[in-house]
Amino acid sequence: MLIEKFNTMAYGTAPESDKEARKWLTEHKAKFGLFINGKWEKNAKDDYFPTASPANKEVLAEITQASTENIDEAVACARKALAGWQALTGHERAKHLYALARLIQKHSRVISVLESMDNGKTIRESRDLDIPLAARHFYYHAGWAQISETELTGYEAYGVIGQIIPWNFPFLMLAWKLAPALAAGNTIVLKPAESTSLSALYFADLIQKAGIPKGVINIITGDGEVGEAIVNHPDINKIAFTGSTKVGQIIRRAVAGTAKGLTLELGGKSPFIVFEDADLDGAVEGLVDAIWLNQGQVCCAGSRLLMQESIAEKLIAKIKHRMSKLRAGDSLDKCIDVGAIIDESQRQQIDTLVQQGVAEGATIWQAECALPEKGVYYPPTLLTDVGMNNTCMVNEIFGPVLTAITFRTQEEAIELANNTRYGLACSVWSEDINRALELAPQVRAGVIWINGSNMFDASVGFGGYKESGFGREGGHEGMLAYVKPTFLTSLKDEKPIVNVTPKNYTTSASLSTINRTAKMFIGGKQARADGGDSYPVFDNKGNLEGEVGLGNRKDIRNAVEAADKAAGWSVANGHTRAQILYYIAENLSLREKEFVESIKRMTGAKQAQAEKEVSLSIQRLFSAAAWADKFEGSVHQPPVRGVVLAMKEAVGIIGITAAENSPWLSFISLLSSAIAMGNRVIIIPGSQAALMAIDFYQILEASDLPAGVVNIITGNRDELTMAMATHNNVDALWYFGSQQTSQAIEVEAADNMKRTWVSYGKAYDWSDNGQAEGRNILNKAVEIKNIWVPYGDQMGGTTKY
Amino acid sequence: MSKVQILSKQASPEASVVPVFAPLEFTPHWLDSIRVNYSAAERRIKTLAGRRSVKKEQQLAWMLRAISCIDLTTLQGDDTEGRVRRLANKALNPLRQDLIKQANCEQLNLTTGAVCVYHSMIPAALAVLKNRVPIAAVSAGFPTGLAPMSIKLQEIEASVAAGAAEIDIVVTRSHVLTHNWQALYDEVKAYKLACGSARMKTIIATGQLGNLKNVAKASMVAMMAGSDFIKTSTGTESVNATLLVSLIMMRTIREFYQLTGRKVAFKPAGGIRTAKDAVNYLVLVKEELGDEWLNANMFRFGASGLLTDLERQIEFHLTGRYSANYRHAMA
Repeated sequence: MLIEKFNTMAYGTAPESDKEARKWLTEHKAKFGLFINGKWEKNAKDDYFPTASPANKEVLAEITQASTENIDEAVACARKALAGWQALTGHERAKHLYALARLIQKHSRVISVLESMDNGKTIRESRDLDIPLAARHFYYHAGWAQISETELTGYEAYGVIGQIIPWNFPFLMLAWKLAPALAAGNTIVLKPAESTSLSALYFADLIQKAGIPKGVINIITGDGEVGEAIVNHPDINKIAFTGSTKVGQIIRRAVAGTAKGLTLELGGKSPFIVFEDADLDGAVEGLVDAIWLNQGQVCCAGSRLLMQESIAEKLIAKIKHRMSKLRAGDSLDKCIDVGAIIDESQRQQIDTLVQQGVAEGATIWQAECALPEKGVYYPPTLLTDVGMNNTCMVNEIFGPVLTAITFRTQEEAIELANNTRYGLACSVWSEDINRALELAPQVRAGVIWINGSNMFDASVGFGGYKESGFGREGGHEGMLAYVKPTFLTSLKDEKPIVNVTPKNYTTSASLSTINRTAKMFIGGKQARADGGDSYPVFDNKGNLEGEVGLGNRKDIRNAVEAADKAAGWSVANGHTRAQILYYIAENLSLREKEFVESIKRMTGAKQAQAEKEVSLSIQRLFSAAAWADKFEGSVHQPPVRGVVLAMKEAVGIIGITAAENSPWLSFISLLSSAIAMGNRVIIIPGSQAALMAIDFYQILEASDLPAGVVNIITGNRDELTMAMATHNNVDALWYFGSQQTSQAIEVEAADNMKRTWVSYGKAYDWSDNGQAEGRNILNKAVEIKNIWVPYGDQMGGTTKY
Repeated sequence: MSKVQILSKQASPEASVVPVFAPLEFTPHWLDSIRVNYSAAERRIKTLAGRRSVKKEQQLAWMLRAISCIDLTTLQGDDTEGRVRRLANKALNPLRQDLIKQANCEQLNLTTGAVCVYHSMIPAALAVLKNRVPIAAVSAGFPTGLAPMSIKLQEIEASVAAGAAEIDIVVTRSHVLTHNWQALYDEVKAYKLACGSARMKTIIATGQLGNLKNVAKASMVAMMAGSDFIKTSTGTESVNATLLVSLIMMRTIREFYQLTGRKVAFKPAGGIRTAKDAVNYLVLVKEELGDEWLNANMFRFGASGLLTDLERQIEFHLTGRYSANYRHAMA
């Protein structure tokens, strides 16, 4: 035997001990209740379901299916615990988080083993990646708790948070969700995925050991119905979800109009771009981490390989060679790369998609990778000879399947990278830093890894663009996802504007001045309404003020087209944008008196108030100009040799419906902040500001603003708003108006995961600087993209600075 | 793929016949596409030990394999014939007889891969080894390689004549640092021709080359010039063999194999002291090059102290008791 082993030099198995994990299961009699209010609770109906190990199908334990009563109780306990938790000082909360971090480290082995048993992932990954990073998140956020009193002023915690986490990184996602929520002073009801609840249940023991006050963290288990009940629970203030885009859309629609906070970390089909000047062997190892990590069951898996045509053949040969070295096996074997798929239905789904891809013409290559007979496995798979329309190029597979295609130039690589509904992550491989850093801002994705893949840290935000969801986890931006501006709670209901009965009039003839041709403003040009209609606008006394175009869905379409073409604005530097905003302010101030008179006539405001409103609007433009080159990103230094550039980028095309109250000031406030950050907007003014908005485009025309950056559409506000809400090329929608329309917008926004900022019928105070300018608006006008730039070249690594 | 040119064949420690390569033409464009990303290479090495674990009887087999791949070395100014005889005896009997018996591996006739000495010590080694273990002689102005060319070539020829089956030469680092690839090629080719039927190991002295791209390029040029082995270090640089430079050299060997069909052997030297280190190197070889490189024909450790740790770990493995150095015969 020994001689044979000497001769073959084959690997054997290297099993990690499951003794401690099994001991813990036995202590709980392999039957788990719910962790509510700091103790284990049973389900009155004795409703349990089994959880099994995907590596060998062994049933590990029975877990409770939470009932409606259980969920109500958990939420009530979280609510009850809120005041006490928030009464703690930042330092006291920090100590609790620190205790959790320490406990995770102290019990890291048993957590890792449980995780691998329950999920099927390799022990290497749970031991070396998931659990250490989970501990890191608690450490990092203990720090945020500590400094929250001084660093998060102007914000307050949401209250009770419902958190729903996925099965692919059960413990890590628990940490990502819990740590910032706790640091900010929220209390939590958390639901792990039904197939992978064990590590969360183990964590419940740690919560007890850490002495976390009762009810601050409640862990309830069960299937999708439990998740649904959390989402729909009226006493939950925010939902944080990680999972598929499909479920994310359901949640978005479910919480529409409730004013619940919402962050969604959803699916992806992330590009992995390899240029001809890349270290190809390095890139191949990067691919192993990108698509075969966790059997490809990773939301940010690099599942679309984009190869420069000149090196494609060579790269594919190297990939196949590397794939042939991958070893599959039991999740507790320390000598494997590929573990088990979470369950049979997932395996079938992978297989169905792959077969569909092959039926559509893809060439399939699978590694000769011995798969265990028991358990749920899928071999590492490579698909080539595809078009961008192939099922496996378009859809998230959530399995160990790489789909490869070639590109010719850097420009084409970027186009292909962005040719997807998703926008979670992107890897780019090139030894040319000029190329890599030029590409990074052009790919619409929340995370870019330069010469790396699947790198994470608590100090670095993670989250998506487009249909990959919104909100960030990690970093300062991750903390902001668990707090809200304090002024929000005190907003009052918006009072409807008084509609004065129009006096009798005949169009045009009644006007003493020359007939005005009020049009809309689209693509830098004055445009007649598509329908050829206009409507009269009356002043505060019922006199005809003028006529404006009656915009429709097609005008919105044209405006979005124009905004799409104005992409150069998003690339322009802050200084350029500031110059133009200042210029707009300058030109507005020349016509200050005229606007004061308009406001007086239209809203019935007194002279002083109208003067103040115009003066404030000029101030807003100055403020936006000021911020244009100051609302900057940051440089993170996570524990790798390298830097992470957190860049603030424009969201893209924002539809804005300004408020009816303070119509002029809200119009300018929203517009100026949006374009200061590089967004292109389609804006619908408040009814009383329709003509002023038209006057304003003359100012825009005189201020060197590039065509298409601002498009002004007049007409029925809610109708036009819904046309924007249903337009899939609008990236965000800001709406100040009724609760009903706010809800309708959020329902429609789910389709392309528009970022929404709606007022739910509340009245903002547009004269308040805290509400109407600065960080609170700017945060909504940017996406944060984190660009990982690992570096190094000198032999032996960086030794000194 | 060009035809493999072979100068001659040599009886190997694996009792099979290995090719002795002739120089190929200087092909500088093979260097053009060489790219090495340091951080990515480093990540590969950092995660390797976590990805592969060799346990139980496998571990024992791998440790025995490691012994068979050692170039048991003494390269000191105070080497004497007596010291070299002791070393040679150890090379013939690297593991205690009772341990061999207990492991039931007598049939392996375990020896080290070679004995590595200076030229003047060849006769002393030969007297003990009697061709049962090959002698590798360091030559060509070792360790700096800065002696006059004619003298270096004479030294090589003399060592081969004295009975060295393998010659370890060292490149002129300035050729690498100034990217004078033609000069590097000419130099290594000249050594190679002087080696005749002896297998040549080309030391590129990685610790003095500044970065991994130079390591890869120097490796490629050394192989073009006909090297049978490429070797990391003389053992006298401040940093000798590391898994990181070994990874790059192995990848270059693989690349060269794909270009030419030639399987060049690899020898990390210096700094490999523990059984665990040795197993990690074997894992890297298996992963990056494949099983065909996992034998003494294709892979060597340049080491002196490593053997002792392997012996101690093997004793622990067989008896369950941690061992002490003095329980194993000194080299």
